[in-house]
Amino acid sequence: MQWEVVIGLEIHVQLSTKSKIFSGASTAYGAEPNTQACTVDLGLPGVLPVFNGEALNKSVMFGLAVGAQINERSVFDRKNYFYPDSPKAYQISQLYYPIVGEGHIDIDLEDGSQKRIGVTRAHMEEDAGKSLHENFQNQTGIDLNRAGTPLLEIVSEPDMRSAKEAVAYMRKIHSIVRYLGISDGNMQEGSFRCDANVSLRPKGQEEFGTRAELKNINSFRFVEKAINVEIERQMEILEEGGSVTQETRLYDAEKNETRSMRSKEEANDYRYFPDPDLLPIVISAEEIEAIRKTLPELPEAKCTRFMEELGLPEKDAKALTVDRDMADYYEQVQQSIDDAKMAANWLLGDISALNNKKGLEFKDCPVSAEQLIGLLKRIKDNTISGKIAKDIYLAMFEGEGDADAIIDKKGLKQITDTGAIEAIIDEVIVNNPGQVAEFQSGKDKLIGFFVGQVMKASKGKANPGQVNQLLMQKLKK
Amino acid sequence: MMHNKTITELSAGLEAGEFSSVELTQTYLDRIKLLDKQLNSFITMTPELALEQAKNADAQRAAGNVGLLNGIPLAQKDIFCTKGVKTSCGSKMLEPFISPYDATTISQFNESGAVMLGKTNMDEFAMGSSNETSWYGTVKNPWNTDAVPGGSSGGSAAVVAARLAAASTGTDTGGSIRQPASFCGITGLKPTYGRVSRYGMIAFASSLDQAGPMTRTAEDAALMLNVMAGHDLRDSTSVDVAVPDYRADLNESVEGLKIGLPKEFFSEGLNDGVAKVIESAVKEYEKMGAIIKEISLPTSKLAVPTYYIIAPSECSSNLSRMDGVRFGHRCEDPKDLSDLYIRSRGEGFGPEVKRRILVGTYALSEGFYDAYYVKAQKTRRLISNDFNQAFDEVDVIMGPAAPSTAFNIGELTDDPITMYLSDIYTIAVNLAGLPGMSIPAGFSNDMPVGLQLIGKHFAEAKLLNVAHQFQKETDWHLKAPTAFK
Amino acid sequence: MSKLDKSDVEKIAFLARLGIDEQDIPEYATNLSNILDMVEQLDSVDTDGVKPMAHPLDAVQRLRADVVTEVNDRENLQAYAPEISDGLYLVPKVIE
Repeated sequence: MQWEVVIGLEIHVQLSTKSKIFSGASTAYGAEPNTQACTVDLGLPGVLPVFNGEALNKSVMFGLAVGAQINERSVFDRKNYFYPDSPKAYQISQLYYPIVGEGHIDIDLEDGSQKRIGVTRAHMEEDAGKSLHENFQNQTGIDLNRAGTPLLEIVSEPDMRSAKEAVAYMRKIHSIVRYLGISDGNMQEGSFRCDANVSLRPKGQEEFGTRAELKNINSFRFVEKAINVEIERQMEILEEGGSVTQETRLYDAEKNETRSMRSKEEANDYRYFPDPDLLPIVISAEEIEAIRKTLPELPEAKCTRFMEELGLPEKDAKALTVDRDMADYYEQVQQSIDDAKMAANWLLGDISALNNKKGLEFKDCPVSAEQLIGLLKRIKDNTISGKIAKDIYLAMFEGEGDADAIIDKKGLKQITDTGAIEAIIDEVIVNNPGQVAEFQSGKDKLIGFFVGQVMKASKGKANPGQVNQLLMQKLKK
Repeated sequence: MMHNKTITELSAGLEAGEFSSVELTQTYLDRIKLLDKQLNSFITMTPELALEQAKNADAQRAAGNVGLLNGIPLAQKDIFCTKGVKTSCGSKMLEPFISPYDATTISQFNESGAVMLGKTNMDEFAMGSSNETSWYGTVKNPWNTDAVPGGSSGGSAAVVAARLAAASTGTDTGGSIRQPASFCGITGLKPTYGRVSRYGMIAFASSLDQAGPMTRTAEDAALMLNVMAGHDLRDSTSVDVAVPDYRADLNESVEGLKIGLPKEFFSEGLNDGVAKVIESAVKEYEKMGAIIKEISLPTSKLAVPTYYIIAPSECSSNLSRMDGVRFGHRCEDPKDLSDLYIRSRGEGFGPEVKRRILVGTYALSEGFYDAYYVKAQKTRRLISNDFNQAFDEVDVIMGPAAPSTAFNIGELTDDPITMYLSDIYTIAVNLAGLPGMSIPAGFSNDMPVGLQLIGKHFAEAKLLNVAHQFQKETDWHLKAPTAFK
Repeated sequence: MSKLDKSDVEKIAFLARLGIDEQDIPEYATNLSNILDMVEQLDSVDTDGVKPMAHPLDAVQRLRADVVTEVNDRENLQAYAPEISDGLYLVPKVIE
C-alpha cells in the first residue's frame, strides 16, 4: 500500500526574559543546582505567581510575525500532574484561551517551491525543573533552577508530509524567533525543543491514522532521524496488518530508535482549570499595534531587500537571511567594504564551509565581522591575493590575530612590483622550454600552467592579474 | 486588668507609660500558660520571640517611632507563614515545616510594631467549621468547653474570647472568620476579596480565601485592618484600591441607613433562639434610625452546593504541592516515586482534607469538568448578581452569621453535610467576594450569637461604622466568659 | 450520575496520589456520593448564557516588570527539606 506521512510539531521556545515567568528569580543558564529557585519556583506553601509582562510582549511579537490572531483576552490554566520536576504538581499553561491564535508560515521545499504550514496556536507556560539520574544510586536528584522559565509552545497544524518538511518548518520557526530576539534558540541548553506527532494513513484517505508523539527532540538532525525511524516503525506495523498505539515515545539517538515512555503516560487526566491565583491577561488592540511597530525586519523581507538593493541572486539572499546572526554579520561587512558580491561569496563559501566542518553555529564563528572586514580590505587594495586571503582567514579562525598582523608576521604581502614579477617569469620560462614551445605553437591552454608555476615560485604572493598580463607579453614575443 | 482592655485602650496605656509592652506581653504569656490547657487554642507558642518584639516595641516607642500596633500582643492563625517558626496549617503534613519566609500580613504586623504571642489552632488547611479537623486536637469554646469554637479560625476566636491575646487574625473561605466569631462572641471581619494580601497565607481555595481581623470591638478591627489592607505586588489577585483610614467613619450616624434582611436567611433551618437575638439586634438599629427592608436573595440556596464544587476543586490542586519532596511530611523508606507521593500524602492529611481533595479531583476530572466546575462558576455568577441587585436597594445586608450557637464537640463529626450547612449564611458572601462581619448580638442558652453584616465591595469602612454604632449602644461585645474574665 | 463505588474512589485517590486505608474506602464512597448528590442540586438551575465567574471581582492581570529580584537563598530554603544531597532534592529513582 502507498502510505502518506502526517506530521505536526509542538515546539517549545524558551523566551529570553531575565526573570522567570511568575517569579523574580533569574533565568540564567548553568547555575549551581537550586540556587535560582526561589520560594515561588519551589512551590512552597503560601506563595503566589505574578506574571512577567515581558513574556507577554515576546509572545505577541511571535504571533504578529506569523500573521496570527492575537487574543485580547487570554487565561492561564493549571495542568495537574504529579512529577518531581513539577514542584506545585501542576504546570501553569494556557489551554482554553491561548495568547496566540491561528497563523501560518511558508517553508521552502527542496524542489524550490514553497509550502504553507498552519500554526494552530501558541501559548505561554512555565518550564519544569530537571531530573538528574547519574550521581545517585536508586535515587534521582531534582534541580528546580529551570522551573518557571517562560516558554512559548507553538503548535502546528498536521500539515507536514515528510521529515524534511518538518525540519524545514522547525528551522523556519527557529529563524523567526531568533530574528525577533524573543529566544536565544540555543538547542544544547534546551531553549528550543520539539515534540513531533507522527502518523501514517493510506494515500488518499481523509481520516488521520493513530499518532505517536515523539518527545523532546533537541536538534534539527535528530528531528529528521527520529521522524524517519518512527515512520519506518509505523509502516512495518501497518504493513503487517497491525495497528499503531497512541502513546508518547522517546527518541534514542544512540540506538537510532524510538521507544515507548509508559511511565509518563500513566492514567493521565490533567484536570485543567483556570488558575485562580492569576487573572485574565487583557491586551488592547492599541497595545498590540504598539508591539507590531517594534518588530524587526523578518527573514523574508530582508531577503527581498538583499535581492533588490544589493542585486544578490535569490539563492544567495535566502541563504544569507536564514540565520539572523549571519544576516547581521553580512550587512556589517557588506556596508563596510561596499562589495555585496564579495561579502556574500566569502560568507556562503569559505566561512560557512569551515563553520560546518567544525560543527559551529554561525554565532559561534570565532572570526568577527571587524576581522573579516580587515581581511577583505586587503584584497581590495591589492595587498594580498584572494588565495592568500583564504590562508589568512584560516589563521584568524585559529586565533592568530587580525589580518594585518598575520600579513606582516608571515610576510604575505602581495608582490606588485613589475620587475620582481618579471624576474620570476623569466626564470619559469627558462626552466620550462618544452612548454614554452608548445604554447607558442598554439596550445593556449598552457597559460594556466605558467600562471601556476609563477604563483608557486612566488609562494602565492604575486598579483595574479599582473602575472597573467606579463606572462602573455613575454610568451607572445 | 490589662487583659480586658481593647487594643485602643492598650495603646493609650502604653502611650501614657502605664505599662510597657514587655509587661503586657508577659501578662498574656502568663495567662496563656495558665489557661490555655483548657482550650488548646495555640499550636505553637513563641514566648521568646514575643518578648524580644515587645522589647523592640518599647524601644521604638521611646524613640518616638510608634507604629499603629506598637507593642500590642497578637495571635496569628497558623495558616500564615512566619519565618523561622513552625507553620503547620493545622496539619501533620506541615508539622516539620518551619517557614523560610514571612507572609505579607505577618510583615505588615511586624512593621506596625505588633508582638506575636504564637500561632493559633485551626481546622486542618482551614477545612472545617468546628476546629475538630485539626491534627493538633480540637479547640474548646471558652463559653462552654464542651462546645466547639467554630472553624476554621477556631483557635483565633477562642484566644480573643478568653482574653489570651489583644486580638488575632483569621482567614475566611466560606465563613471561617465569621462563624467562629459568632460562636465565641467576638467581632470578626472578612474583607472584600483582594483587600488583604494572600501572599504567604497557605491557600485553601484561592478565589475565595481572604484574611481578616478577629477582635473584641469594631474599633479594634478597624485598627487591625488599617495594618492588613493594601495592594501587594506579590499577589496578582490583590487589588490596587486606595486604603482609607478605617477608623475615620466609625462615628457616622446610622440614621437613614437602609438595612436589607434577606427572607431566605430567616427561613427553616434557623434556630429559634438565634432568630430572636437577631430580631432584637435589628430592632436596636431601627431605634437608631435605620430603615429596615425585607429583601430576597433567591439564589442563596445554591451557595452551599456551588461552594462545595469550587472550594474542593481549587484545594485539590493547591494541596498537590504537599508531596514530601521539598518540605513537609515524607513517609519512611518510599519504595518508588508513587509510593512516596501516596504514602506521604496519605499519612499527612486527615479525613476531611482527603474528602475535599477527592471531591475536587473528581469534579475536575475528564468528562465532569463542565458539569461540575463550569456549572458552579455559572451559579456563582447568579449568586453574585443577586447581591448586586440587593445593593441597588439597601446599604447593608444583615442576618445571622450561623444557623445555631456553638454545637457540642463530636455532635456533627459523622455528618459532613450537616456540618457544611453551618456555613449556610456565610458562604455566599465569599462566592461574591463581598466584605462581611460578625458582631456579638446577644445570647441564646448562654451561648453567644453573632449578627452578620454584609456590605458592597470595598465597603469595609461602612460595615465597621455600622458595627461600631451598635457596640456604642450595646454591651454584648464586652461580655467575657466567666472562666476567663 | 454520582453514587461512587469502591473502584471510583480508588481511581480518584490514585489521581490525587492520596493513600487511603482499604477499610475506610466504603465510608469515603458514601461521603463522596452524598456530597455529589448535594451539589447536584445545581443541575436543575438554568444557567444558559451565564458567563462563568472565576473571580469575585472581574479584574485583569497586572504585569510585572522583567527584573531579577530574588537572590540565591538555597541554604535557607532547603534547611527543612526532607532529603537533600549537593543542593538537589532527592526522590526515589525516576524511570523514564
